[in-house]
Amino acid sequence: MAVSQTSFTDAIFDPTAPRPDGLSDGQGQAAGRRFDVYRNNVIASLTEALQAAFPVIEKLVGEANFKVLAGDFVRAHPPSSPLMMFYGAELPIFLKSYGPVSSIQYLPDVARLETAIRESYHEGDAVPADPAVFGSLSPEALMASRLTLVPSARLVRSAWPIHAIWRFNREDGAPKPEMTPQDVLIVRPNLDPQPLLLPAGGGTFVARLLARDTLRDALDAAAQEFGDFDLTQTLTLLISNAAILDIGDTT
Amino acid sequence: MQTPYYKQAARYAWPNREKETNMAIDPKSIAVAGAVAAALTASMTTTVHAQAKEKCYGVSLAGENDCAAGAGTTCAGTSTVDYQGNAWTLVDTGTCSEIDLPAMADGTAREGSLEELDRDLPA
Repeated sequence: MAVSQTSFTDAIFDPTAPRPDGLSDGQGQAAGRRFDVYRNNVIASLTEALQAAFPVIEKLVGEANFKVLAGDFVRAHPPSSPLMMFYGAELPIFLKSYGPVSSIQYLPDVARLETAIRESYHEGDAVPADPAVFGSLSPEALMASRLTLVPSARLVRSAWPIHAIWRFNREDGAPKPEMTPQDVLIVRPNLDPQPLLLPAGGGTFVARLLARDTLRDALDAAAQEFGDFDLTQTLTLLISNAAILDIGDTT
Repeated sequence: MQTPYYKQAARYAWPNREKETNMAIDPKSIAVAGAVAAALTASMTTTVHAQAKEKCYGVSLAGENDCAAGAGTTCAGTSTVDYQGNAWTLVDTGTCSEIDLPAMADGTAREGSLEELDRDLPA
């Protein structure tokens, strides 16, 4: 076998590249068409992995277009790990500069949402905190506490209505998206990740919690961004979806 | 026999004392404690009881779990390179064009039309 790994790989990802010399089949013949089948399968299987990972992006641009886009992505970003479940993390950035769709500005953020959903799916399980602990804390202890969110929590903030766009393409009869910025928290209370739309200011609040700020600091930051920040609403969302892992050391 | 109200002076001293104690507490803390209590009550009925459920794999409805693990194999098996770059005329198949969002503050394009791609065409 007189073919280097580099020239083999290069020929896989460049459809116009000649078949590498030195490949032979069982009869000692040059393995020309066999290589072509292999080359196509590499691109086709990675494209299928991307289709499974980004169903909403596929729906937005259409299946045929998505396959073209995916083929170009695969050639620009071949897998760096054998774990297909994480393949495609660079797609949001790729979409920003990919000519045919670069004018659809919400597309990269929707791709970030889908990536976060997939990450959340593969995160570890965790037993959430007993919300009753909240009731046992003094107001001061509460304000000084640092809430830890569950491992499956992912925050995606966007200037576009990404939650509405996601729903519109996932749920029958979901309302048509209207222009508004949306911050989404993904958690996995049971088996499937749930993208939760955060109320105004909620994105900042959750971002501060994830940065290990105290409840007081998170609250101040959220209220600064949105004067009528509704703590009750955001906390209800976090508690009902089992998003809080630990209520924190308050001593 | 009830004690007449004018003999209940001690009772009226209470609220004042309590007010004094509260002075030391940040009023915001009290408001937050109230908000937390309200959230506890509100979430009581809707909380997802993760522990009460057992993991059960492979029961998701078809099409509902496709964000899951991603594929890695294919039986495509053709020797021509699939998905070449002239398919963008099929844009109507997507929902992109149904979603009509206004331009961003910087004035750049709204929904945007998809343009045909002129690379990777069959020679």
